[in-house]
Amino acid sequence: MKKKDNNSVQVVVATGIGAAIIFVLMKFIAIPTGISDTQVNVAEGFLPLLAAIYGPVAAGLAMFIGHALNDFVTYGSPWWTWVIVDGLVGVAFGLFKRQLDIQSGSLSVAKLVLFNVYQVVVNFIGWVLLAPTGDVLIYHEPASKVYLQGITTWILNSASVAIIGTILLVLYAKTRTKRGSLKKEK
Amino acid sequence: MAKQLFVGYNERNTFLHRLSGSTKLIGFVSLSIIGMVTFDTRFLLGVLIFSIILFWKSQIKFSEISFIIKVIIGFAAFNLLLVYLFAPGYGISIYGTHHMIFGNPKHYFNLSTEELLYLFNVLLKYTFAVPLALIFLLTTEPSEFAASLNKVGISYKISYSVEIALRYIPNVQRDYRTISLAQQARGYEISKKANLITRAKGAIQIILPLIFTSLDRIEVVSQAMSLRRFGRHNKRTWYMARRFKSADYIALLMILIIVVVGIGLFKVNNGRFWNPFK
Repeated sequence: MKKKDNNSVQVVVATGIGAAIIFVLMKFIAIPTGISDTQVNVAEGFLPLLAAIYGPVAAGLAMFIGHALNDFVTYGSPWWTWVIVDGLVGVAFGLFKRQLDIQSGSLSVAKLVLFNVYQVVVNFIGWVLLAPTGDVLIYHEPASKVYLQGITTWILNSASVAIIGTILLVLYAKTRTKRGSLKKEK
Repeated sequence: MAKQLFVGYNERNTFLHRLSGSTKLIGFVSLSIIGMVTFDTRFLLGVLIFSIILFWKSQIKFSEISFIIKVIIGFAAFNLLLVYLFAPGYGISIYGTHHMIFGNPKHYFNLSTEELLYLFNVLLKYTFAVPLALIFLLTTEPSEFAASLNKVGISYKISYSVEIALRYIPNVQRDYRTISLAQQARGYEISKKANLITRAKGAIQIILPLIFTSLDRIEVVSQAMSLRRFGRHNKRTWYMARRFKSADYIALLMILIIVVVGIGLFKVNNGRFWNPFK
């Protein structure tokens, strides 16, 4: 019970500070691609680490809050369909927390490959299926435009997660003490 | 530079500053949702004019927001161009009639009054909420913002997360600058002069220390909050919460009227689009 209490405080703080980091990353380190409103998003690469440490609630909410705040101060009002999809992607990454088990300190290649396959599928569902469909239904934008934006975002976000996300996961796992690394002297 | 990039609260004494944060939050969210759904040009124009009048009343100076306005204009122009290039005949397919300005509907590139009206609607949708959002951002104190989120029914833990985010953005931003300058001094290039791969490498060299120091910060802050028994009870009170006054009730009533008019127009128009071509 006591442990759970402490975890919930951690989730609240991780959500807040995670959102602040995502906001800063989105605002300052974005590498434009030429297609409107799509960029190589470094914040997306931070998401797997946040999700692997603090779970789906923290990752989903942090991404939702960070993205909404960023839209707020950049464009005046949030583009809700994309903000919501981004939050859902965070939740989906968080659901992989147990499989990844980063706190154990051992991150095998198999786990990383599995995670990367998972994230490409998640990003596909989010950016190619959900986000553009939402744009067509709610904002009535031409389908060809939003699907092109969706596909570009899918590729870029998957790449960002695959490169930056994987690097961060590996580096973080190295800082954890491996389970069973201590042995009784004979 | 920091000031340019971040619009924030400024203390003044207007009726908008005196309204409770919850009222402004409800107003902004409900107007932006109804505006997001409707394609009635008259309604969108009305809301835009209403929000510009409010903006003028809030005495916000143009210099405070000139940067964000430029970004929004650029964003809207570029998006409109894309919307047109990808589907020049979209307006015709929505409204079902064609009044051509040039070309004819059989060709890919043509321009019709319907398309112009559709593009105008899209432009209004990009812009109508901007004055409202700016009013909301510039007249609501961040601490009161969290209190008002809680008041409209969002759990206080989530409200607190939003508050922590708002509080720590300046800190993370400062950390980011320091680390970025330090790494650039060591020779990592992140400016536009370098190619994509060099820039990506530079970016990683900055975000690694940034993220790892922030993870430590999460640890420290959550321990401090646990020590103060955060999350012990199901409810909490807010120092910054404001009571609803009569002005709040009047404002909420006005918002309600606007929303009801918006919903009523769906009935009148038989759908989301207002069609003057029928």
